[in-house]
Amino acid sequence: MDYETLRLIWWALLGILLIGFAVMDGFDLGTAALLPFVGRTDTERRIVINTVGPVWEGNQVWFILGGGAIFAAWPPLYAASFSGFYLAMFLVLVALILRPAGFKYRSKVEAPAWRSFWDWALFVGGVVPSLVFGVAFGNLFLGVPFSYDSDLRFHSTITLISLLNPFSLLVGLVSLSMIVLHGASWLNVKTEGIVQARARMVMPWAALAFVVLFALAGIWLTRVEGYHITSAIAPDGPSNPLLKSVAQGPGNWFANYATNPLLWIAPVLGVAAAGLAVAARGKPALAFLLSALVPAATIATAGLALFPFLLPSSSDPTASLTVWDASSSKLTLMIMLGVTVVFLPIVLAYTAWAFRVLRGPVKPDTIASDSRIAY
Amino acid sequence: MELVELSRLQFAVTALYHFIFVPLTLGLSILLGIMETVYVMTGRKIWRDMTKFWGALFGINFAMGVATGITMEFQFGTNWAYYSHYVGDIFGAPLAIEGLMAFFLEATFIGLFYFGWNRVTKVEHLIVTWAMAIGSNLSALWILVANGWMQNPVGATFNADTMRMEVTDFAAVLLNPVAQAKFVHTVSAGYVTGSIFVLAISAWYLLRGRHIPLAKRSMTVAAGFGLASALSVVVLGDESGYMETVHQKMKVAAIEAMWNTEPAPASFTLVGLPDLATHSTRFAIEIPWVLGLIATRSFDEPVLGINQLVDVARSRIADGLVAYRLLQKIKADPKSEALRSQFEKHVGNLGYALLLKQFRPDIENATAADIDKAAASTIPNVPVLFWAFRIMVGLGFWFIVLFAIAFWLSTRGRFDRYRSFLRGAFWSLPLPWIAAELGWIVAEYGRQPWVIEGVLPTSLGVSSIGAGDVMFSLAGFALFYSALLVADLYLLTKYIRLGPDETLGYAVAEPAHAGE
Repeated sequence: MDYETLRLIWWALLGILLIGFAVMDGFDLGTAALLPFVGRTDTERRIVINTVGPVWEGNQVWFILGGGAIFAAWPPLYAASFSGFYLAMFLVLVALILRPAGFKYRSKVEAPAWRSFWDWALFVGGVVPSLVFGVAFGNLFLGVPFSYDSDLRFHSTITLISLLNPFSLLVGLVSLSMIVLHGASWLNVKTEGIVQARARMVMPWAALAFVVLFALAGIWLTRVEGYHITSAIAPDGPSNPLLKSVAQGPGNWFANYATNPLLWIAPVLGVAAAGLAVAARGKPALAFLLSALVPAATIATAGLALFPFLLPSSSDPTASLTVWDASSSKLTLMIMLGVTVVFLPIVLAYTAWAFRVLRGPVKPDTIASDSRIAY
Repeated sequence: MELVELSRLQFAVTALYHFIFVPLTLGLSILLGIMETVYVMTGRKIWRDMTKFWGALFGINFAMGVATGITMEFQFGTNWAYYSHYVGDIFGAPLAIEGLMAFFLEATFIGLFYFGWNRVTKVEHLIVTWAMAIGSNLSALWILVANGWMQNPVGATFNADTMRMEVTDFAAVLLNPVAQAKFVHTVSAGYVTGSIFVLAISAWYLLRGRHIPLAKRSMTVAAGFGLASALSVVVLGDESGYMETVHQKMKVAAIEAMWNTEPAPASFTLVGLPDLATHSTRFAIEIPWVLGLIATRSFDEPVLGINQLVDVARSRIADGLVAYRLLQKIKADPKSEALRSQFEKHVGNLGYALLLKQFRPDIENATAADIDKAAASTIPNVPVLFWAFRIMVGLGFWFIVLFAIAFWLSTRGRFDRYRSFLRGAFWSLPLPWIAAELGWIVAEYGRQPWVIEGVLPTSLGVSSIGAGDVMFSLAGFALFYSALLVADLYLLTKYIRLGPDETLGYAVAEPAHAGE
């Protein structure tokens, strides 16, 4: 397999892993973001928590694996993005660290103050990452200020405040609304009675927010100065971002869509899936599949617009990281592809088995009878 | 404090915190597997209840392992960006494989371990438990393949086109003898930790006459498994030491505070006061021959001393400078094959030239005095390593004694009669953690000034971020982790005090008859 093909495959795999994270961990994050509102009494909240209790740890591995895969396949991107977004990443980590303790420790002590504290900790652990990941994506479209010296040492002048610009905050809200929709859709599958009714009530509002914000972000994007490579592209060249030239201009992010109109399927699918998930909420399993399509299509929409850019630089566009100059060596990409082809299907198989074993709604009497073990 | 020191401190704090929880996860997961296997094979319910009770404590600890582990996966990127860029081509792969092969396994099945008791068959649940245990242990394998490469960077070479290290032989990275020795040493240390945890808490119950059937059985399992593990920790630790003599001579010399090469076979300094300023060890008590035998497995090979290794470093720095100057020429003239073939001859010492960067940015103009300073900087903190190593090894031998006694008593079936043994077992509870953390310090602090031995100095690996940002995140992590640790210890003590009956919500099954 040649270097170009491997890079394309790993670009696709990067997308698949991000989608895996947004779909699998997405419903945990959404559920946690809804926890204080759809659960009013202690039992209701325990029901909500226990819908994700047995599976959230496996889901979170999508996030860890995403980090590991970026490290292995796109080391310059791993180095630049996580150090460049330092304080944003710190916020995400702190919020995510609240979750394991929140799930495991919350119901081990009876005091209402203790439980309420962890409920809000889980809420923060759901909302902050959903929002920050969206904000990070927004900044990818704008580009962030960074450059390289001749040793390829990364220098950036990114600050947390500069990341919180209006366009990126809007994308953050797109992300939050789709995660909330997906979380409500999960609760619709896994609960009954009042909790399910409240989750169902959330769904249309979350879907409406998503569609409106997503469309707004798309319209705004036409005015954003996108990036494009102006030098000859060497798809099998060395991973050195300084060997090309890049220019900025409005409408560049729609160039791929203009050359290949079939790509419009992705954004259309995202919007349609959000609407259909609401319409199908009487059939929870179907609605859940549809709400899972929303983050999948949204991430695909963004990735297809950005291609071949991974992380554009606003201060020194030539230093932008692209699919053609920010990957691992050919050998590493090849080995990692082999490992992924063998192990990802195995992971999916036992994950499916685990979900099958745990199928069915969480009921109040299960919590009561299994009070010591349930979260 | 400067950016490099703060970044190092943050990594040390977060890694040492993470490593409070990891060894117990490694060891206890296997013990849960053993207990449940006995349950499935004999059908005796007490073994199921033992699995559930120790499993409840396991879960409280596991949550903290996950919480502190999230940071570790991303910290290479956030705080060690140049490191990640420079060696990500090699170092990233085992981390990604760890996620794919190990984390998914343990994280998916830990949910079923707790919530699956009434949903799957006995045998299926046993498979779930073992899958969780194997997943935990596989994660140790992959992270130590990554760490082993930092200690002994095999199978990779510098690429002047991408200005980074790239993999040339993945099998060499995977089968790195340092990584293999580290893996078995580290998991054995985890098994000792798990066994001491079970042994100490069971001893506490027996001292109070509580939960005797459960405590005695738990103690028997812990004694047998712990004895085997404690023996393997010392034997395989010795193998790890041998590997270090081959690949990290300076680390061994520092651990032994061996300032000058001795005629073979070298003697082992049992205790003494190493002094960094004068390069000497005061009040040394030495045992003849022992070091030579451990470190070289021979009577006639000398073990190089610190001062001699500094001389070696000096000549490698000089050679590395040749490579560095050639690299600057290649940057200006990337097409020249002649420059590249010359560069290939010296590239092995390029990392040594980079040691000069902490003294001057324009290292191509380095003077002999700069080279002397850089060579001297290859000496790690000798007194800390000397003592950390000795305390760790001393504890290792104590664990063998403790488990040997426990094992002998378990064959006689009367643990509860020997109260002084029970007290000793209980008070040994914190010791494996001390040994494990000291082991981490010996391995990682002993590698300084390198982040990748001989390839990249630690001070160059950092991100280009503000020291203030790191100060903020360091303070944040320290406070936040400490608060979570308090919650963790509070819950562990709470459930240990409550005991198995209260923890599980029903009276733990009594054995069917007295002889069982």
